[in-house]
Amino acid sequence: MVAAPPVAVRALRCPSCGAAIEQRGFDHTRSVACASCFAVLDAADPSLRVLTRFAGHLRVRPQIPLGTRGQVGGAPYEAIGFMQRSIAVDGERYAWREYLLFNPYRGFLYLTEYDGHWNLVRTVRALPERVHQGGRLAARYGGDTFRHFQTAVAGTDFVLGEFPWEVRAEDRAEVRDFIAPPRVLSAESTDDETAWSLGEYVTGAWVWKTFELPGRPPAPRGVYANQPSPFAAARRSVWQVFMLFLIALVAMAAVRYADAPAQVLRESRQLAPGQLDPYVTESFTLGGRTSNLEVRVGSDVSNSWFYLVFALVDEGSGRAVDFAREVSYYEGVEGGERWTEGSRTDRVRIPSVPPGRYYLRVAPELAPDAVRPVSYTLTLRRDVPSGGFYAVALLLLLVPPVWVTARAAAFESTRWMESDYGSATGNAAASDGEDDD
Amino acid sequence: MTRRTATCPGCGAAIEFLWSSAVQTTCAYCRSILVRHDVALERVGVVSDLPATASPIQIGTAGRWGASAFQVVGRIVYEHDRGAWNEWHLVLGDGRSGWLSDAQLEYALTFLVPAPPALPPAADVRRGQQLRIGGGRYEVTAVTPARYRGVEGELPFEYWDKRTVRFADLRTPGAAFATIDYSEDPPLLFAGEAVEYDALSLQNVRSFEGW
Repeated sequence: MVAAPPVAVRALRCPSCGAAIEQRGFDHTRSVACASCFAVLDAADPSLRVLTRFAGHLRVRPQIPLGTRGQVGGAPYEAIGFMQRSIAVDGERYAWREYLLFNPYRGFLYLTEYDGHWNLVRTVRALPERVHQGGRLAARYGGDTFRHFQTAVAGTDFVLGEFPWEVRAEDRAEVRDFIAPPRVLSAESTDDETAWSLGEYVTGAWVWKTFELPGRPPAPRGVYANQPSPFAAARRSVWQVFMLFLIALVAMAAVRYADAPAQVLRESRQLAPGQLDPYVTESFTLGGRTSNLEVRVGSDVSNSWFYLVFALVDEGSGRAVDFAREVSYYEGVEGGERWTEGSRTDRVRIPSVPPGRYYLRVAPELAPDAVRPVSYTLTLRRDVPSGGFYAVALLLLLVPPVWVTARAAAFESTRWMESDYGSATGNAAASDGEDDD
Repeated sequence: MTRRTATCPGCGAAIEFLWSSAVQTTCAYCRSILVRHDVALERVGVVSDLPATASPIQIGTAGRWGASAFQVVGRIVYEHDRGAWNEWHLVLGDGRSGWLSDAQLEYALTFLVPAPPALPPAADVRRGQQLRIGGGRYEVTAVTPARYRGVEGELPFEYWDKRTVRFADLRTPGAAFATIDYSEDPPLLFAGEAVEYDALSLQNVRSFEGW
């Protein structure tokens, strides 16, 4: 078989202004806009009649110059068409830009850009199912559920290059966007048909690299509908790490609390007015490593107080740690209600006590108006686990996941603010105004 | 595949059939439309100029669909308000006949369903209608009046005397895809799936200037 000649590129001349136009989309092109006079011509008409003209003086320069090629998914695509479209929401106009990408074998792709946020969009030949999720509209496609984000009527403001359909300045389409970040499923409806497409969020850096554009991509502003949350993935992993640490902490606590702390001394005394001489306890041995020593005072004091001045004395070095505790307890009935104040017991923990042989020197005081003697018991325990340590550790461990979760929630709230379900489409204008100050 | 040859009653050129079951073909030299009656070929008309459609597919293009190899042997060009599209007639390795449609480089492979379920008549078919076909749920997404714009190569039907036809496109939540062709009564149902260019491993495709 004789090889057919290659399909040739068509060179046109604009009937409106005479400028040369190169038709890059071969015979798929139905409309081609003159780059000089911006008239949109009917590429299927031999005399290239003018299809439409865009009123006004809007001129938008594509960030990807038409004719630029880039590798998308392993195949070269050429930017052949560009349009700016817009929607009006509560009197505010939101404009975005669309690039038509063409490969003569694989067909058409789109790149859309809004405030520095890019999406690579493919047409969807299947018909997504319309469903409801949590009382809201949603769409199911390819096993995923996309939540309804916004419905608006889009118009076309400006076009450059060529398109495989007839472009009309007055074209309007109802656009419904459904999101499952980083993807967006869109339905564009005219009177004749509904076309579905699937966009995937891509970075400006990817666009610049793909089309080898000079300079840097403009930084995206705000949060875009299907922009992947930088916190969503982090939130998962940070909670997973938290759970691991929590398990470790619980295991540590379990091991720690499983060994009951060793009681090293238990002595009872009675205080009575006139019997308040200082005394020393029996000697006791603190073993193991440097650790804490808990001194517990349990008493039967009632409507009175007593005061104990302690010195924990190291028999070897003679060094002493001084501390004092007051135990006071009052109770009564007032207006038919029982009340108490203070406690009959007191507990203090002396940190970092080195091992050795010790005794306690105790100098008691009793309330001068005390009428009854007071009995108390000193209980000394070595190496008492600190619940406080675990509480502080838990709080510290909670900081990263709680912070990331809060950030993730704030990100989602900003995302949905711009949707049909946001409280504040009107606030966008207000915050824009603040930026200018 | 058994090759059959015949002589063009128009110009005497040798006509070689790529597909033994072809009912209609065109002469590559004098562009006569030829219909086969047993052994003889009847010249029923002349093909008009095919509109330029920049399809990468051509007669002689070979490819694969799953485990089956196929070859493109014929073509029908349809035209509607928004442009033209091609239905490429395929012959698979097992002799089955199928269709590869190329509408602005969106491809779908379909096969004639021999005993289709009851289909809505042409006058009643509407966008949004739900149909059950072979256990699948389909929805009518477009009803398109189209014109025959031209034919080329070997076809399984006589298409030369037809002018207009109404099509209904049926879609599903998945890749399954179907078309109702109202050129006959009862209508014909073609069912298959949307396919990506790269999945077809096409060979002997056209080349494009600059690509």
